[in-house]
Amino acid sequence: MDIMYKLMLTTLFMSVLSVTLHAGVWNNPHNSQEVAKETLFAAFTTPPKRLDPVISYNANEWAIIGQIYEPPLQYNYLKRPYVLEPLTLTKMPEITYLDKEGKSVGENDPAVVFSEYRLLLRSDIKYQNHPAFVKDEKGNLLYGNLSAEGLEKIHNLKDFKKSATRTLTALDYAYAIKRMAVRDNHSPILDAMSEYIIGLKVFSENISKIAREKKEKREALDLQAYTIEGVKVLDTYTLSIKIHGKYPQFLFWLSMNFFAPVPWEADLFYQQEGLISKNLTLNWFPVGTGAYYLAENDPSREMVLRANLNFHEEVYPDLTEEERKGANIAKEMLEDAGKKLPFVKEVIYSLEKESIPLWNKFLQGYYDASGISSEAFDQAVQISSTGTMGLSGELKEKNIVLKGAVQPSIFYMAFNMEDPVVGGYSVSAKKLRQAISIAQNEEEYISIFMNERGIAAQGPIPPGIFGYEEGEKGTDTVVYDWKNGKRVRKSLEVAKKLLAEAGYPNGISSKTGKQLKLHYDATATGPDDRALMDWRREQFAKLGIQLVIRSTDYNRFQHKVRKAKVQLFSWGWDADYPDPENFLFLLYGGNAVVNTQGAGINSSNYQNPKFDALFDEIKTMQNTPERKEKIEEMLKIAREDAPWVWGFHPKSLTLSQQWFKNVLPNAMANNTLKYKRIDAKLRVEKQKAWNQPLILPLILLFLFILVSGYLLHKIYQNRQRSVIRKED
Amino acid sequence: MFAYILKRILYAVPILIGVNLITFMLFFMVNSPDDMARAQLGAKQVTPQMIEAWKVDKGYDKPLFLNEKAEGLQQITDTLFVQESLKLFSFDFGYSDANRNIGAEIKTRMGPSLAIALPTFMIALITNISLALLMVLFRGSVLDTSMMIVAVMIMSISGLFYIIAGQVLFSKMWHWVPISGYLSGWEGVKFIILPVLIGVFAGIGSGVRWYRSIFLEQINQDYVRTARAKGLSELKVLFGHVLRNGMLPILTGVVVVIPTLFMGSLIMESFFGIPGLGSYTIDAINAQDFGIVKAMVFLGSVLYIVGLILTDISYTLFDPRVKL
Amino acid sequence: MSMTFLWTDLMVWFLVAVLIIWGWVISRSPQVKKIWHTIFKSKIAMASSIVLLFYLSFTLLDSVHVRFSPESEQGTQGVQYQGEMVSLLDLMFVHNIESTERTYSAPFATHEYAKSIVVDDKGVTRQVNLPLKHVSQSDSFLKESLFALLIGACISFLLIRAHMFWRKKKGEKVKEGLESPLPWRTAYLTLAVLVTAFTWLYLLSFSYHVLGTDKVGGDVLYQSLKSIRTGVLIGILTTLIMLPVAIILGVSAGLFGGWVDDVIQYLYTTLSSIPGVLLIAAGVLSMQMLMDNNPQWFETTLERSDIRLVFLIIILGITSWTGLCRLLRAETLKISQVEFVTAAKAFGVGKWTIIRRHIIPNLMHIILISIVLDFSGLVLAEAVLSYVGVGIDPTMFSWGNMINQARLEMAREPMVWWSLFSAFIFMFILVLAANLFSDRVQKVLDPRNKT
Repeated sequence: MDIMYKLMLTTLFMSVLSVTLHAGVWNNPHNSQEVAKETLFAAFTTPPKRLDPVISYNANEWAIIGQIYEPPLQYNYLKRPYVLEPLTLTKMPEITYLDKEGKSVGENDPAVVFSEYRLLLRSDIKYQNHPAFVKDEKGNLLYGNLSAEGLEKIHNLKDFKKSATRTLTALDYAYAIKRMAVRDNHSPILDAMSEYIIGLKVFSENISKIAREKKEKREALDLQAYTIEGVKVLDTYTLSIKIHGKYPQFLFWLSMNFFAPVPWEADLFYQQEGLISKNLTLNWFPVGTGAYYLAENDPSREMVLRANLNFHEEVYPDLTEEERKGANIAKEMLEDAGKKLPFVKEVIYSLEKESIPLWNKFLQGYYDASGISSEAFDQAVQISSTGTMGLSGELKEKNIVLKGAVQPSIFYMAFNMEDPVVGGYSVSAKKLRQAISIAQNEEEYISIFMNERGIAAQGPIPPGIFGYEEGEKGTDTVVYDWKNGKRVRKSLEVAKKLLAEAGYPNGISSKTGKQLKLHYDATATGPDDRALMDWRREQFAKLGIQLVIRSTDYNRFQHKVRKAKVQLFSWGWDADYPDPENFLFLLYGGNAVVNTQGAGINSSNYQNPKFDALFDEIKTMQNTPERKEKIEEMLKIAREDAPWVWGFHPKSLTLSQQWFKNVLPNAMANNTLKYKRIDAKLRVEKQKAWNQPLILPLILLFLFILVSGYLLHKIYQNRQRSVIRKED
Repeated sequence: MFAYILKRILYAVPILIGVNLITFMLFFMVNSPDDMARAQLGAKQVTPQMIEAWKVDKGYDKPLFLNEKAEGLQQITDTLFVQESLKLFSFDFGYSDANRNIGAEIKTRMGPSLAIALPTFMIALITNISLALLMVLFRGSVLDTSMMIVAVMIMSISGLFYIIAGQVLFSKMWHWVPISGYLSGWEGVKFIILPVLIGVFAGIGSGVRWYRSIFLEQINQDYVRTARAKGLSELKVLFGHVLRNGMLPILTGVVVVIPTLFMGSLIMESFFGIPGLGSYTIDAINAQDFGIVKAMVFLGSVLYIVGLILTDISYTLFDPRVKL
Repeated sequence: MSMTFLWTDLMVWFLVAVLIIWGWVISRSPQVKKIWHTIFKSKIAMASSIVLLFYLSFTLLDSVHVRFSPESEQGTQGVQYQGEMVSLLDLMFVHNIESTERTYSAPFATHEYAKSIVVDDKGVTRQVNLPLKHVSQSDSFLKESLFALLIGACISFLLIRAHMFWRKKKGEKVKEGLESPLPWRTAYLTLAVLVTAFTWLYLLSFSYHVLGTDKVGGDVLYQSLKSIRTGVLIGILTTLIMLPVAIILGVSAGLFGGWVDDVIQYLYTTLSSIPGVLLIAAGVLSMQMLMDNNPQWFETTLERSDIRLVFLIIILGITSWTGLCRLLRAETLKISQVEFVTAAKAFGVGKWTIIRRHIIPNLMHIILISIVLDFSGLVLAEAVLSYVGVGIDPTMFSWGNMINQARLEMAREPMVWWSLFSAFIFMFILVLAANLFSDRVQKVLDPRNKT
């Protein structure tokens, strides 16, 4: 027995020794070879639902397909304010304004009825290699009509032996717009675009019918045979899109994935039933011209992007010294200027649903970048004596880099203007809303729930968007006073006075004598929401108003808002494009939910004729001082009416490891991956240094097991002996 | 025997119909197809036209149980319930509301689920039985009582706490294993260790108590006393008689669980980021994807019924007195 | 001020009434009385039942609600609950409800846990730990603790004395509690510990946040105490709901056989073959929709979350009756084969009499064991359901919600551990007591243990 124990002990020590000498890491969640390569490790918290360019309308989907598909335009990575530049075009689109007869007229001519956008494509752009492009001798798709036997061995795109590429043409852009028109493709912008692109509405109705018939007959739908009136392919590399009236924002749309090219080969290839049943669809395996292609797609675990070998010539942008200073961009951001993109060869996105593992893995060096959850904020961020944010303690030691930017978004609390209590445009209703607006202490909200990562909004337009003003000029004078060069929220006394004037002294209705009770709809299901709801209730209790919270899931919440069956609710809006129209239209009467059978975007149902008239004017204007003046007037009207409690604009903070270069927050561009760079050697070194396993507890555990085993053995022997003795 | 199994399988049909009935009723009480459309079509700017088109596309425009527009028998058959249920019975799970083939998805996700559930089950079985045997060996002693109290304490702690504590201790502080994630093959072992250990540990309390009571019952039987009187050592009595005779009651409790192992563990998989069926189910509930929910409920019920049948069969195999 | 009852209040008091009547009934039967006597002979059972009673008394304290009418009591009460209902427990802890801080603070802390940004007069920005609003910076912790412990000891001494006096009056011999077969000494000790500990916590809660504060500065001690009601209610009311269903169906399936048996068997096999969490999730979501469509049912947030709790309890009841029903059916089958029952049948004794005389009494131990066993499981299940998002209302206090929130707090650095710790301790004590007690009940009642 003793020999065995000795043996076990020696093996134990040997193994411990070998482990210590080896000094590897045990907790690396990635393949160790990948770590040494120029591979970027990133995480996604919710799997993207669809990766179809005509459907995807979520940030987590854009993060992937932005790298794969290339719309005609893109935002410059470095320039601020955001500027569009050609991506697959040789120059910015040529715009001609036409009158009723189709004659070209000046931009500001009242006779303008149509505008034509002419897109000149680069001729050197090629798609990623893909089996859909492979053609047989006759020019038909080699894999376009797979038989049952042919399908048997196919589980993945890699199982196709051949792949090919081809050059991007204007036809592909036209094809994409036609795909958008098919109703069963469920494009979210179809209804909006039908208003603008000539002939799209009619085309959509016809093609949707045809598509459904074909589907019932199980036939593939080839959109090449159909044309939209307003979308014309002039030659291989020229596309013309004609839209109704003037719509300067259309250029912004041209930078979004909805207008990215779709090759007809891919569409037909992926319509084969055999592939659909194997989950091989265009929805999951995009085909694009971008810097990366989706090599692996297992949204339940990981998605892998690899550099596209056929990627066209594009170099890292440069700035003049003046531009650099104006946009406040560090010098090292320009180190790679002029070098060929992309730098990172592979990106591995792993699913991380819980915030704790995500954060800890980042600290261990296993993710190259991370956001900061409000839980981790205290650990991460320190405010210096000048008020700027810096990193603290552990993160500083690890040389992690912090980058922050206010996002072009707004989170607001809206009143339903159709509601008999809080809605309406009478003086007393206005005063009630103003009182409530003053009582909602957004600064405290930002401090408690956002860790100061946000700024209190003064109106619907966030910073960085034309029409936003700093300082006294941009202050909402209904809610704030400007005192000693600072914005100060009006006191609760003012709110109480307004409330009394509105007919609810101390929150008690002077008509009925009952306490005012308001209903607040929220989507509160998370663990943090109780605190949030308590806080919200308190803001109303300060005025003596009782707040009843109805919390539901997001779908039901939307449903209620769309039916205008709400009184108070919180919602948010992210900019589609950097133009004030994209925010002011949330308050435009024509978009009100009640006026559009629930389709409108103005969920508070605010409609003020003066505001609406001004909106119609600024909508098509260029960013001139005149436009600014009008926007300011609109803001003044809206602040007075107070259909929203303006809420706040969130600030995004991102952390990146020291080996992750060229990181710059850009709220508009989605295709930023190609600019980033990784120093893989440094990463391997640091990961090793940060993750040495603690072996002492393991040794103690083994010792404990050995000792207790030995003791048990002894006790058993004693017991056995005593039993025998007893029986003797 | 075969006749019996056939009978049991036929008996399963009305149960599965009932299961479907409950699922459909509950789900459509909660979710109008409009809500489902909205959930699938994304968050921004969903127009009524889009919702209408989606419902027709996915077949949710049909009435649930009774189609008043149709004629004759079609009133019942041309409904969502009958159409969808029939497909399920042929194990055609169809497409999820997000347009993924559910059957293919289940196939790929079963592996990770089993990779966690099977080791947990096996190790738990062995640990619990050996600990219980140890307690029975030292029954009545201080060791027995203190182990019993520890078992009750282990039982009294919420499973969530074990997971949180385990991740903080072993991954964050001691760097032993990755915090979460999954890889298939041998390199994936490091991901499995922690969830399996936690799963085993959380189950020790109730497991040990159960096995202990089974063994104690055996140890008081006459044949054990005779064996002991013959002068067999305690260990031999324990393994030779108590364990062997305890196998039958253990079997009844254990066999029924085995098929449901396929379903994975909801909480464990979500916390550790394991792409199994458990996290699939949770995601489907959160995304209100009816296609997946009904498939998972159906699968769960089938596996449960299989477990019941297996239990009966294993009875006959291990206990010659029982005949089917 | 007027008394009001929530649905759960009514259910609790109904349950208490049932328990009292039941206690009165057993006290008349010497046989049953003896069994209970055997149960309480164990020191562990005695101690844990005292703990359970302690928890139950908090539940009851929290189940008496009053409403202050806003007109009459203007200004005397905090604005928060004008027109809202408050329970007796809330009234005891008014000082804690009103003294919410801004955000996190550690147990007994005098300053906030996290640093905040402050711009001082000179325009310099600094990060400092702000002092707490409602904690005096000058109190002596030691002095107050001693005082509180002393008071606690006095109260427990008085209580114990009173009980001993009562026992003496009843004719039991009291001499150090030694001659009595019941381990009163353990009971007194447990009571003294509990009462002293609580008094200490309570008295110190006037000058400190004894268990710290949460993200919005709510007092964690108060939250943990409020959660007692939720936990206990889910534990006992669920069994109360599933019990009649299980007994009626189980007994009738076993006794009547034939198609009744078939239908009932079909019912429970179907229900139990659906994965539990899915069934509960579907149930909870559908009742939520019902509530959304009928906002007129409840006037306050409290009533709303209360109805949600009732629904959750009902759903848990519906999903958990199948196991017991199967046991009861098998046992009834066995009993009805026993000779005296077949004989009674032959003599033409009515079915109801047979059920009442022979079957129910013989099923009692199974029912009792399953009640005590299920209790702790249900308390723990609440936490898991909260994690999945189908638990009780997020605005309601519960250990599940606290643990769920603490998940995120554990990732903070420095760690915010006290919410998880408090929820864990409060839950652990309750579940441990319930488990220990059920262990004993099982040991005494289970006929298999009578060898």
